[in-house]
Amino acid sequence: MKRAKILLNEETLNVTVNDDNQVVTEQGAVLDEGTFTWLPPCEGKAFVLAINYADHAAELSFKAPDEPLVFLKSSNTLIGHNQKTYQPDNIDYMHYECELVVVIGKEAKNVSLEDAMEYVGGYTVGNDYAIRDYLENYYRPNLRVKSRDTCTPVGPYIIDASEIPDPHNLTIKTYINGELKQEGSTKDLIFNVPYLVSYLSNIMTLTPGDMIFTGTPEGLAHVYPGDEVIVEVEGVGVLKNTIISETEYVNSLAR
Amino acid sequence: MLHYKIRKNNEVLNLQAQAAFQIPLEKNLLPAVNGAVIGVALNDKVLYQSLEADFNEKPHVSPPKTPVLHIKTDNTHIGYGESIRVPENMGAVFAGPSLGIVIGKKACRVTEETALNYVKGYTIVNEVSLAETSFYRPAVKAKCRDTFCPIGPWVVDAADVDTPQDLAIKTYVNDTLCHETSTNQMVHSIEKVIAYISSFITLDVGDMIIAGTPLRTENLEIKADDVVMVEIEKVGRLVNPVAAE
Repeated sequence: MKRAKILLNEETLNVTVNDDNQVVTEQGAVLDEGTFTWLPPCEGKAFVLAINYADHAAELSFKAPDEPLVFLKSSNTLIGHNQKTYQPDNIDYMHYECELVVVIGKEAKNVSLEDAMEYVGGYTVGNDYAIRDYLENYYRPNLRVKSRDTCTPVGPYIIDASEIPDPHNLTIKTYINGELKQEGSTKDLIFNVPYLVSYLSNIMTLTPGDMIFTGTPEGLAHVYPGDEVIVEVEGVGVLKNTIISETEYVNSLAR
Repeated sequence: MLHYKIRKNNEVLNLQAQAAFQIPLEKNLLPAVNGAVIGVALNDKVLYQSLEADFNEKPHVSPPKTPVLHIKTDNTHIGYGESIRVPENMGAVFAGPSLGIVIGKKACRVTEETALNYVKGYTIVNEVSLAETSFYRPAVKAKCRDTFCPIGPWVVDAADVDTPQDLAIKTYVNDTLCHETSTNQMVHSIEKVIAYISSFITLDVGDMIIAGTPLRTENLEIKADDVVMVEIEKVGRLVNPVAAE
């Protein structure tokens, strides 16, 4: 089962997505793409792993960490599939980051490594944009880099965990304007899915809808206004969005 | 006017009162807000000065150019009277007295000059933390443990707090006054903090900013079986017992 949230006539609806990737309402109506707005498929805490692929750590000249390096995003930054992300003016280092996102399915507190997968409800795809010009060495990566309005597309939908028997062997790909720019595999995760669920649940209670963005492999590239960026996790989903300029963004707010 | 929340028959009720004595504190209240909670770290002059020499060393290399922010996740939020649960074997746990700035109107890219127009009112926050041993990496482990953010007991209308940048903050552990500070100790003002955050994070109605917490000295240490109270002039008193996790 694939579950999503959409905005239709200013109303938030819980919908499913069928095998042809069409949106189906609870009443069974099939909606045409373009007649609704995709929302993030869940609402919850958003954890993100920094440097959770050895190749990406090398690319950023970091040694792989001894324990998960986790940061948080606030809900303002999340947007759904097929939406627009704005690039601030006067920056040089805006990078996409394609990530497998784990969605918690039931309340988890002090969960063991052995039991951790029972708490995974499903998976989705995330694009954890970073504006690296804004990095500072305080609570790094700081919120100005990672928790910006429109900077975290997630979706399009959550696919049930039962449909992804091995989350540690999925190909990850990013395309800019149709050109393949990033390719990796979740088999290279430093801290895998059960480890992350267990680790976080030993710090705090996880609740259904919480998201764990598991990190991105190597393959950084800059993006520019007008670019169409597609991030894909094999078997999970294809998440598209478009980069716009700050001026376009500000104008869209005024409307 | 005071705004507070209680749970009745599994429903959250948003209630109002003209005066503090009208609010029954014997029943545990819910956290006074239910939106996103963003804290401003290193926003106390004494704390900042105590670390200034370190800011030019590795890993920081240079002092912060912008206010340093962190997130207190939902699982940390508790109301007046609810127990703060402290873990064993994680070292000392500290109270973090702070003014809570509650947003009353959606704030996106607002200026310092207009920032106070977006404030609904003020509340009291106890931003509990394990020792702040490093400001280099996000402090999820130290700050996002369940019950580590009492908020309340209510939100006081901004109109009833005429000097938000000059309010005495007192912390009592077991009825003994153990720490005093003031909102005049903030490095970045209330207006500056709202304008800065809203420059890239749209603040929604009900979101809250933790204005700044002081240097965590042993005076602020809390242990199981203590009762901790944070009092802010013109806002109120937030009381929470402390229990072992």
